[in-house]
Order: sequence, then structure tokens, then C-alpha cells
Amino acid sequence: MHPIIKLVSQRIALGLLLLFGASALIFGLTEALPGDAAQAVLGQAATPESLANLREEMGLDRPALTRYVEWLGGILQGDLGTSLTNKLDIAESVGKRLGNTLFLAFWAALISVPLAILLGLLAVRYRNRWPDKLISAVTLTTISIPEFLIGYVLVYFIAVKLGWFSPLAMINDSMSIWQKLSAIALPVIVLTMVVLAHMMRMTRAAILNVMQSAYIETAELKGLNNFKIIYRHAFPNAIAPIVNVVMLNLAYLVVGVVVVEVVFVYPGMGQYLVDHVTKRDVPVVLACGVIFAAIYIGLNMVADIVAILANPRLRHPK
Amino acid sequence: MSDPLLKVRDLKIGATVYPPGEKPHDIEIVHGVSFDLQPGKVLGLIGESGAGKSTIGLASMAYGRGGVKITGGEVWVNGRDILKTSLKDIRALRGGEVTYVSQSAAASFNPAKKIMDQVVEAAVEQKKFSRKQAEARARELFAKLGLPDPDNIGDRYPHQVSGGQLQRCMTALALCPEPDLVVFDEPTTALDVTTQIDVLMAIKEAIRDTGVAALYITHDLAVVAQVSDEIMVLRMGDMVEFGSTDQIINNPQKEYTQALVSVRSIDHEEKQPTPEPVLSVQGITARYKGLNFDVLHNVNVDLHPGQTLAVVGESGSGKSTLARVITGLLPPRDGDIVFAGRTLSPSLAGRTREDLRELQMIYQMADVAMNPRQTVGTIIGRPLEFYFNMRGAEKRKRIVELLDEIELGEKFMDRYPAELSGGQKQRVCIARSLAAKPKMIICDEVTSALDPLVADGILKLLLDLQKIEDVAYLFITHDLATVRAISDSIAVMYQGRVVRYGPKSQVLSPPFDDYTDLLLSSVPEMHLGWLEEVVAHRKMESAGN
Repeated sequence: MHPIIKLVSQRIALGLLLLFGASALIFGLTEALPGDAAQAVLGQAATPESLANLREEMGLDRPALTRYVEWLGGILQGDLGTSLTNKLDIAESVGKRLGNTLFLAFWAALISVPLAILLGLLAVRYRNRWPDKLISAVTLTTISIPEFLIGYVLVYFIAVKLGWFSPLAMINDSMSIWQKLSAIALPVIVLTMVVLAHMMRMTRAAILNVMQSAYIETAELKGLNNFKIIYRHAFPNAIAPIVNVVMLNLAYLVVGVVVVEVVFVYPGMGQYLVDHVTKRDVPVVLACGVIFAAIYIGLNMVADIVAILANPRLRHPK
Repeated sequence: MSDPLLKVRDLKIGATVYPPGEKPHDIEIVHGVSFDLQPGKVLGLIGESGAGKSTIGLASMAYGRGGVKITGGEVWVNGRDILKTSLKDIRALRGGEVTYVSQSAAASFNPAKKIMDQVVEAAVEQKKFSRKQAEARARELFAKLGLPDPDNIGDRYPHQVSGGQLQRCMTALALCPEPDLVVFDEPTTALDVTTQIDVLMAIKEAIRDTGVAALYITHDLAVVAQVSDEIMVLRMGDMVEFGSTDQIINNPQKEYTQALVSVRSIDHEEKQPTPEPVLSVQGITARYKGLNFDVLHNVNVDLHPGQTLAVVGESGSGKSTLARVITGLLPPRDGDIVFAGRTLSPSLAGRTREDLRELQMIYQMADVAMNPRQTVGTIIGRPLEFYFNMRGAEKRKRIVELLDEIELGEKFMDRYPAELSGGQKQRVCIARSLAAKPKMIICDEVTSALDPLVADGILKLLLDLQKIEDVAYLFITHDLATVRAISDSIAVMYQGRVVRYGPKSQVLSPPFDDYTDLLLSSVPEMHLGWLEEVVAHRKMESAGN
């Protein structure tokens, strides 16, 4: 068997194992919280008898392990359970929310990833000169300011003063793609500013590291100009670390957008999760947790696989 | 006389240095060197490290490595002073008119790109050839340089070919754009001696067939004697002597050149084996974890007290692995290490402090074998504390004694490794191992990273210390000249097996086995025409078989 197939299948198996572990951890932690779904539903009206009745009705009196296996089995069949608070099927509500979050993340990634890599390349090309310093200063400033603050500042200047975009990022199915894009413009800008610095700095560091190699000197002695040296000879060898940090930031775009979604009242996963955490809607919290874990593990697995594929020694064994 | 291709006048090159504890400052490393190179001729630049030979070679491409800057003088290539042209013109010169072959092709090829893409890149970039023409030319060069499967080898990645093959690919890379001048910077130094001979011949024939001029940089006078028309001897950034190859080799005028030519002047009388060996390696078979083949097969050698056993072989022959087994770093699969009459535990963890003390080691890279933040006194004092519990004045006295023994003296006690030269660092490492009063020292390529004259000094020191301290050496090396100089007995290793073993006089006398014959005949000799003689001899032999 080609060693790369072996390595990649190992990564995938490891990812699945990790996801399984994460699901157990999430389930275990919600179990460990004081109170349960029955208490949350009954609230002030809870008496010992009504609690016991409701628990039996909801199957909460059975052992945790049995419920975990059932829950896991449901997830594997696409059944995420029913929300306690609004009695809706979670898979259906999550589906729409997740679509919205991914829509937002997609556009933020589409702008930020190429921009970060381009800025990283520029910073290397003009290393220690003013373009490099300017790029570093600006990106580090934007990452240092809390995202809700950037969000409100943008809302104030761009939406309120200039009136270019709507301050609220409400989208729905009846909107055209252009209306949607206009609506999410501000959150996309905020997210881009937040994730840009990491990726740009890592691109810069990874390429600078490669620039020390003897083969860069060879390229220089071939009379190539700096851009060709960076693009042709340094970048291909810096892919693995860059992909790693890109994937971490993509994961953040999906999983960590809670604050931005709340600021712009965007109907995504973050808002959905926050709403239901306050209502102690355990099945929803569980479902969101597993989805976030799956996205995180999945993206990191992709990063690992790309790093394996980018290594010519593994791709073309002797 | 036609116009020279390369005309260097009063070339001065500077660099910024960062000495520990001082402010960075600029120093001059080449002090006004002048020479001419005619088209189609080969000039050898020879000298020890720090002589400025690579720096001068790269200056012919208007390039300074790291913080190196060309500070004065003129470098004329094809009738124009390249130090006064724009960066754009310099880029057109590099990779077009002047190309470069580095010491380590393995590092100089981009691991992520196919060999062919890299070989033709300069020719295409400089618009010398179309991509198609350049590829055809590359395949021609691959064939000329004796690479296997020249039509397809370009499709491979650098890690898929051997070191010697990659060095030839690098030569093809340099010759592909049809340059006027190629700078060869120690192109065979990193290769095994048996590989070197083939690469050397390939380079020589390629130079002859393409009519290209070359600067051939090396520290090995015997090598440069085989390929160059003229030789320039450099020392500390100054030209010592310039002359035809014949004159420099056979009739050197300057004292320094004479020293370079006559290096390896050590005469060592072979000692007789004693009845009780200090080290007896008995039937050692070993493999590394995760490998499914043995790297040592049934190795049996003895080392006698106060004597030197040289273990010689090419890279991959298992000689360093043998050292790892003896020191306990790699427990063997089979066999015993008997040391001073007792069988040692196969693993390091099972050995007593006395075992550790009596068996010391000196490494190839002296500078990474020492803690850069400790002074020489601390480094040498550590084994004194550890093994003998010495403190204060007693320890200090012993350190000074050891410093005297290695011919450095008390004034070195408070210096840091960074303030020492390569040879001095290796001397400190020797003192550190002697401090433990060992019965035996494993010397792993201890002179390979040093210049010939410095290496000579280290070998002499080791022999003197052997007489005083009565210590035995297991001397691991790939250099047969070193073996001749210091050993009492020799073990020749090839692919994990000892193929020849015995007293020096016997191992180095005919009749030879095939491998020892190949190894011995591959060591460059310092006379003109040696390369052709060996190659012709080998061709005759293979025709005879």
C-alpha cells in the first residue's frame, strides 16, 4: 500500500476516534451540571412528584450510559433530538442556522485567507522595511481590539454615519444573494480583521524560515527576482505550517463567531447556542457542542492531511 | 593573449561579526585579491576555512552570503565591471553567464520540486533556451555526467536520487544555460571517497566537452590538482601563491604552500597486539527500532590497551552505529561488549558510573558537543566533579594540567566555546574526555570538520596523549590518510560487515579484497594525472573481467 494512503487513513481514523471522545465528554459534562432537563422545563413549578413523573416520561430515570448510546445512535442517523423549549426538531432548526453561519464564515474566509497570505508574502518581500512594519502593525492592532468593539465602531461609522450597509445582519430566504452579501458585509469585515493577523504572521514566519535554506541561495544565484524566489521556491515548502494556522482560523470562523453574531443580530449557530444555553435547553446545547466539535476536528484533520500531501518525501517515496 | 573572461582587481570583501560580549563590528575578510581567468580555463582556489575562497567565488556573481559585502575593487566579467551594474543586470548575469555548484546538492535542491524543473529554470528564466530546448539539453547533460536513466531522472524529486547523483544533477543545473563560467564550491567534499572519484571525472569531462571556464574551490589540494590548469593559494583573505598546477604541486615557492603539499607527515610505528584486549566486540548484530533489517552483522573486533583501532568505511557502512552499540546508546540484538575484562550491560541504563568513566567519547562537531554558555574551565571541570568529586583548588590545578596537556594553557580557562577556533574547540573536547581518566576513547570523525593542517595537529596531539595516558582509541573515520597516520589495527566496514580486519601493515598490503582495493585506490593522490590513471586502470580491469 502506498504509505500516503496509510497515513491519511490513520489521520481519518484518529479524527473519528477523537470525535467519539468529544461526544462522550460533552455528554458527560452536561450530565455533571446540577439540575437536568426536567427541572429546566418545570422551573418554579417543580415538585418532587412532578419531577419524577416528567423524568420517567422523558426517559431521564434510566442510566446515563443507556441514554448516551441512544443519543449517539440518534446522531448517527441524523436525529439530533427535540428542543425542550419550543418542541421543534433540532436538526431542522440547526440546519438553517448552520447554513447561515457557514455562509458568513465562507465569505470571511474567502476574503481573509488569500489576503493574509498575500500580505504575508508582501511582508517577506519587504522584510524589515516599512511595508512589512505597516502590515504587522495594522494586523496586530486589529487582532488586539476586542471584536465587539470593532463591530460597534464599524456600525457607528459605516452603517450609521455613512449609511453604506445595514447595522443589522438579518438575512432570510427571500433575499437575493446581493442583498444577503450587503447584509453580512460588516460582520465579514470584523471577522476578517480578527483572523487576518494570525494567518499573516504565520505565513511570514514560515516563509522566512524557509528563506534561510540553501536552495533559496541557489534560486538567487539563478538570477530570479525576489517574488519568483518566494513564490516558486519558498512558498511550496511553507505550505504545511500555513495550512495549519489557516484551518485553526477557519474553525474559529465557524465556532468562535458567537460574539460577532450577537453584535450584528445574525441568525447563526452562535446566537442559537447562546439563546438555548440561557434557557438550559440541554438537547440543543448537546447538539451544538457535537457539531462544533465535528467542525473543529474535521478542519484540523484536513490541515494534517494537506501537510502530509504537501511533503514530497511522503508523496513520492523512494 | 585574449581578453580574460574574469578579471578581478584588488577585491576587498567585508563582513559584520558578532563576537560574544562585544559590539558587532565590520571586519575585512578578503584584503585586495587580483587575478585573471581566461575563457575555457580552470582556476583552482585553495585554502583552509576562513581563507575567503568561497567568498571570492561568490563575488564573481556579485553575491555576498549572509552579512558579507563587497567593499572595494573591481570584478570584470565579459568586459564589464559587475560591481557597478544594476541589480537587474546582475540577475541577468547570475544563472546565465555565471553559474554555481554548491558543496551540498542535497541542501541546494528545493525538496518540493522535480529535478528537471530546477535544472532548466535558470536557462529558461534567462531566455537562453525555450523550455523544450532546455529540457533536451538537460537530458544530454545527464547522459554526459553518467547519470542512470538520463531521459527520466529529471522527473524525480531530489530525495529520490543518491547524494553523488544529486551532485551531478547540480553540475547539470550549472551547465544547462551554457554559461561562460561555473563556480564549483567544494563540489565533492561531502561525498564518499569512492563516489567522489566518479563525480570528479564527470565534472572534468563536462568542463572539457563544453569548453566552459571554471573556478574550482576546495580545501583538498590533491583534488584540485586533478582538475585545474592554474591554482591560487589563499590564506586569511590574502593570496599566498599563484601558479600553474604543475608548479604549485611539484615546486611550491611559499612556505605555506609547501606545508599544504606535505601535510600528513605523521609517522606512527605500529604496536603489537597484547594478550588482553581492553575492548572486545563479540558477534554484535544490531538494528534500529522500526527498521526490518540489521545495520550491523556479526561484528567482531578487538582493541588493545594504549593502541588505536581505526574503523573505516563510507557513510552507511555502520561505523557510527558500532560506536552507539559500544557506548550503550543502541542495545544490540545479539553479541557482547567485553570491556576491561567485564561484559557490559547492553543498555546505557544498566551501566555503572565506572563503566561510563572508563569509556569516553569525542565527537565530530566540537561546537555542538559543548554547552555554549559554559566556560572552558566549567566544561573540563564537570567530569572532575562528577567522577572524582574534585572541588576548589584541587579541581583548578587539574584543569590547568589538562589545558597544558592539550597545548592551550591556563589563559583559556575563562573563555567560552564561541571564542575558540575549530581546532581549539576539539582540543577542549579531548581534555574533557581525558579528565575522566578513561581506559578508552571513541573518536567519531574527530578531524573531519577541520582543515588539514589543524587536523594534523589534533592527530599529533592524540598520539602524544596516548603515550602519556596509555589510553586506547577506537577511531571512526572515512579518511584513509588519517587511518594510515595513527592506527595500529584497522577494521574496514562495508554495509554493516567487517570486510577486512587486522594489523595496519597487513590490512594496507596486498592482496586486497575488492572493496578495500576500491577504497584505497579512490583516495586522491597529489600528483598530476592521477585521476585519469585510476579511471583508465578501472576500465581496463572491468574489461578484463
